[in-house]
Amino acid sequence: MSAVSDAVRITAPGNPVSRSIRDSLIVAKRNLIRMSRIPEVVIFGLIQPIMFVVLFTYVFGGSMKIDGSTSAEGYKNFLMAGIFAQTVTFATASSGAGIADDMHKGLIDRFRSLPMARGAVLTGRTLADLVQTALTLLILAVVALLVGWRVGTFHDTNAGRVLAAFGLLLLLGYAFTWIGALIGLTVRTPEAATSGGLVWLFPVTFLSGAFVDTSNMTPWLRHIAEWNPFSATVQAARVLFGNPGQSHSTAWPMEHPVWASLIYSVLIVVVFRTLAVRKYRSATA
Amino acid sequence: MPGAIYAEGLVKTFGDVRALDGVDLDVPEGTVLGLLGPNGAGKTTTVRCLTTLLRPDRGKAVVAGVDVLKHPDTVRRSIGLSGQFAAVDEYLTGRENLQMVGQLYQMKAKAAKQRAADLLEQFNLADAADRPAKTYSGGMRRRLDLAAALVVSPPVMFMDEPTTGLDPRNRQQLWEVIKQLVSGGTTLLLTTQYLEEADHLAHDIAVVDHGRVIAKGTSDQLKARTGGERVEVVVHERAHIADAAEVLRGFGKGETTVEEHTRKLTVPVTGGAKLLAEVIRELDTRGIEMDDIGLRRPTLDDVFLSLTGHMAEAADQDEANGKEAVK
Repeated sequence: MSAVSDAVRITAPGNPVSRSIRDSLIVAKRNLIRMSRIPEVVIFGLIQPIMFVVLFTYVFGGSMKIDGSTSAEGYKNFLMAGIFAQTVTFATASSGAGIADDMHKGLIDRFRSLPMARGAVLTGRTLADLVQTALTLLILAVVALLVGWRVGTFHDTNAGRVLAAFGLLLLLGYAFTWIGALIGLTVRTPEAATSGGLVWLFPVTFLSGAFVDTSNMTPWLRHIAEWNPFSATVQAARVLFGNPGQSHSTAWPMEHPVWASLIYSVLIVVVFRTLAVRKYRSATA
Repeated sequence: MPGAIYAEGLVKTFGDVRALDGVDLDVPEGTVLGLLGPNGAGKTTTVRCLTTLLRPDRGKAVVAGVDVLKHPDTVRRSIGLSGQFAAVDEYLTGRENLQMVGQLYQMKAKAAKQRAADLLEQFNLADAADRPAKTYSGGMRRRLDLAAALVVSPPVMFMDEPTTGLDPRNRQQLWEVIKQLVSGGTTLLLTTQYLEEADHLAHDIAVVDHGRVIAKGTSDQLKARTGGERVEVVVHERAHIADAAEVLRGFGKGETTVEEHTRKLTVPVTGGAKLLAEVIRELDTRGIEMDDIGLRRPTLDDVFLSLTGHMAEAADQDEANGKEAVK
């Protein structure tokens, strides 16, 4: 074999974990540069949740019974944890669309022919999406404050607990981007990944305690809602924010929402990361 | 000792489609093999198997001295792949694209940066280096894609239809780049539908159809298999076709074929230029006016046609089908 030219120095493979982290960060950087050059994607991603905040607050506020009262103020403070959680899950669609786009354009083939860590393309993508989600969440929180949302309206809380709530929300969002990654690798076209990444999110986010008090649901629906992983994070955020309308159900995830939220999210990451990486390794565009 | 690229009995099926049906290849180090075949013949699938993107159901593959199935990650260090589409991130600049690829080849950031700058210069992209790749023309994107495949100067290169979709000028430019590359000792496997391209770039040609290599050899060897030279005449007036046919029959070594609508007559001959001169004199004597006349040697197109029984199709529909077959 002809020797590799002197200009090219390849680092030793190193240990697999540090190599995987390094490669993931290189891919994440690539995706962040991309996002910064298509700001309209981030902006459009913001319009929908902001619209939800405004519409739900002013249309439903006053008609919804939260903790036995129909005050618009109470519903507003109840609602935000739900909207935040719904917003982070919508990152699924952009994650999936991005990966499908890379497949479609042959970039995944290029990555797969490089001596890089196997999961790095997907991890890099999901990390970049996490940054975008955090940015979206930050702006949304400001909008929520502007329309009158406050923490600690139901019981006391503190800065640490509020930050923990946002941490759980981001973890949920991160977990859901792995579902998006799997969808993106499966459907092959960005359009299908966007619609395929969104349709199932509506039942998941509405069959929950995000927008209504689950105690008013028919029993079988209520059970689904109370065990829905999504509800666990909503309940956890509500508890940590000290906002009203927390579920009094005796279902385990509702009684231990912080633990339930953590366990569910980690479980989703583990399961869907495994499936997505396996799919990636055999992916053919 | 097997060559830099070696394959034995590669088989790959997708559902009912047997995309590869026992492909054998042996490319000596420092040479170029042109893999020629119609769409859906198995060219891309072969490249995907050899570049670790696809696992064959059966068979053996060795690239740069390493078993592809046993040590795919080691193989990836020694190969460069330029696929059917320019696989560059269109929102990244040319420089960013190359730096990223270099780093993912496990180069240190600084080395990757230097290498990217060198390649941009070499591929005549220095002026556009800091513009997003989506502003590039088709030819520039292709060059960037090729540069990305060359980041670590891999000893073995694979190019899947590198000039598909390029205009003639850009194709010529890319050919020059490829020739330079090969003169540096790189082993190259190139797939193409352009017979002219294989003729131009490849030392050896393997014709693939229905997942098998149906012929192998140099371009001259393949042409010789198809038969010798022939005289082709296009007469000016339809009325002269019969007359001209009679003349050609007198000189020919085989059957004279006539295409009425193009007024073209063809006959196999031996005797070269001297004979051609005689044919022209005779046609002239009889007052047959000619639009064109010439001595034709078989082209790779003829080789292709006689071997596969069908033309190298370039229609979009066929391309789509071909892609479907490798999914």
